[in-house]
Amino acid sequence: MSLPQPAPDRGGPAQPLLALEGLVKHFPLKGGLFGRTRAVVRAVDGVSFTVAKGETLGIVGESGCGKSTTARLLMRLMEPDAGSMIFDGEPVGENEQAGGVSLRDYRRQVQMVFQDSYASLNPRLPIEESIAFGPRVHGLPAGEAVQRARELLGAVGLAPESFARRYPHELSGGQRQRVNIARALALRPRLVILDEPVSALDKSVEAQVLNLLVDLKEGFGLTYVFISHDLNVVQYISDRVLVMYLGEVAEMGPVGAIYDRPAHPYTQALLASRPSMDPARRRTKPPLTGDPPNPVNPPSGCRFRTRCPHAEEVCAARKPNMAALGEGHVAACHMADPASGHSKAGSALEAVA
Amino acid sequence: MSAALDEARPAPGAARPLVRLRDLHVTFATRDRTVHAVNGVDLDLAAGEVLCILGESGSGKSVTMRALMRLLPRFARITGGIEVAGRDVTAMSERELADFRGGEVAMIFQEPMTALDPVFTIGRQIAETVQRHEGVSRQAAEARALELLELVQIPSARRRLAAYPHELSGGLRQRAMIAVALACKPKLLLADEPTAALDATVQIQVLLLLRELQRELGMGVIFVTHDLGVAGEIADRVAVMYAGRVVEEGPVAALMAGPLHPYPQGLLGATVHAGMRGRRLTTIPGAPPLLDVVPAGCAFHPRCPHAEDACLAAVPAMRSPSPGRRARCLRVPDGDVS
Repeated sequence: MSLPQPAPDRGGPAQPLLALEGLVKHFPLKGGLFGRTRAVVRAVDGVSFTVAKGETLGIVGESGCGKSTTARLLMRLMEPDAGSMIFDGEPVGENEQAGGVSLRDYRRQVQMVFQDSYASLNPRLPIEESIAFGPRVHGLPAGEAVQRARELLGAVGLAPESFARRYPHELSGGQRQRVNIARALALRPRLVILDEPVSALDKSVEAQVLNLLVDLKEGFGLTYVFISHDLNVVQYISDRVLVMYLGEVAEMGPVGAIYDRPAHPYTQALLASRPSMDPARRRTKPPLTGDPPNPVNPPSGCRFRTRCPHAEEVCAARKPNMAALGEGHVAACHMADPASGHSKAGSALEAVA
Repeated sequence: MSAALDEARPAPGAARPLVRLRDLHVTFATRDRTVHAVNGVDLDLAAGEVLCILGESGSGKSVTMRALMRLLPRFARITGGIEVAGRDVTAMSERELADFRGGEVAMIFQEPMTALDPVFTIGRQIAETVQRHEGVSRQAAEARALELLELVQIPSARRRLAAYPHELSGGLRQRAMIAVALACKPKLLLADEPTAALDATVQIQVLLLLRELQRELGMGVIFVTHDLGVAGEIADRVAVMYAGRVVEEGPVAALMAGPLHPYPQGLLGATVHAGMRGRRLTTIPGAPPLLDVVPAGCAFHPRCPHAEDACLAAVPAMRSPSPGRRARCLRVPDGDVS
């Protein structure tokens, strides 16, 4: 295949592909006669994590937790208010003389797939042209770009001879999502951000697309950031999982640790809220009461304390530190931090299974 | 069709079921195309029973439920028998329907923002329903509204009576909609994916609330969902729909443990759950048929791993290998001849 080839690896396998430090994005709520800022939505409020080369990082959380804003910041569809992004050792968005990677180059190496498969495609373009659009913008001659689009259609399981000239409305939801995946791969990215890619699909089609994502990751040597509210899907596809609550990281770690030994009470409640397919295991009490609070005025200290069964004074007074629990498993909870002063600090946390 | 056979089948539970659908067909005919959404559905619901209709988009599950209330657009053609609480719904006049909807049968939806009126307070909307159906005074209706908000466990209910829908969180809005639906103590509650748009920690709260209310009020519930987990949490019985027909029906535990029909078998295999990491997901190849024509024979035939010529000859009749379980598949033995 011709240009564009995937950008070469720079720092070697040990260097994270993407490292974020203290990412912040607030949205002002304007109102009144002079459009003054009345309040601020703290959508993403000091989020730090790394994505290792070749892994799938799952991000879970409920609506309003900031997971989709995080995705848009990762893609640089919006500018962060604060924080730094390092892509394979190079700061993102700074000029190349200073050793940074330009936004144009960055966006070629990072691509995104959205939940709404229809809204993400131009309804007036046959799908092969939608896929070829990106490579053409980046300098590939039109004929080669279309050739490449057809190869990619084949790779995502849509026979180019019958699908290439179709328009988005002539495809089913699952087929359209395959087109979006093909388009994301057209620029040979190293990192693909998948924002709820299977949430709008029926179960039988969801399984097809998940299998495809696993195959493509292998075949193209990709790294994924997979955002979803579906805990079962995240467990299936992720190597590491990050749990967000009200714009902050609540817990992060290897998928086995998060699902088998969740340390944060929010993660425990989230896992226990999954409906069970076995009617013999029905619950009588919900793990949590109430809705997630509004991110406009998040609670002081630990943001989960208003719904937490273990909340104490220290939780309102101080923001918890990220306590390390071994093997890269961290939790922002005073109970996981032996020095926090919480009465249950350092005690073994039993999972609410 | 198997309508004659089903007449003979004793209804589960009571002698006279709360809901009785016989050979229900719904087609939508517009200038451009005709869609055969429901193609011969027979279903019974006993009083106080929870039936989940499980199916993917386009399976006809929501249309079947709306037909029960005749809540379909004018260009929909409905044929077959629809009986609720002993009354023939197909024969009702518009005036009778208005009393019937919200009185004997109530419905809750996925999106409460479209079901609630944005310009009236929650309290007013509940009281209005009570006044309309029970003809009581405004004060009495408002007292009842407060009781209902407490019934659906809305915290600080008295204050919330004066709230507008947009002032409530998603979970509270869903509870408020349930309160409106329960205002006239319906015998039958129809629920169209009421928890699909909710967050995980809120979804389980609403499911548990619905189960509690159903038991307390002794309502029959038909709950439409695409989520096997939701069915596992709430159903007594499950009916699986595919291409406008019920392909399998049975008690929830037995059906989840071992479905008889290849479609629910595939669905169960394709649903991601714990312990599947690292394994390839089994998938159902292809996609459901377009319903421009009534599918000949078994509609699942093109996607079925066990398909043979006989599957195309006629729509497979419901076979019942054991009491209470039925499936439309030629491979299912017909043991329980009732």
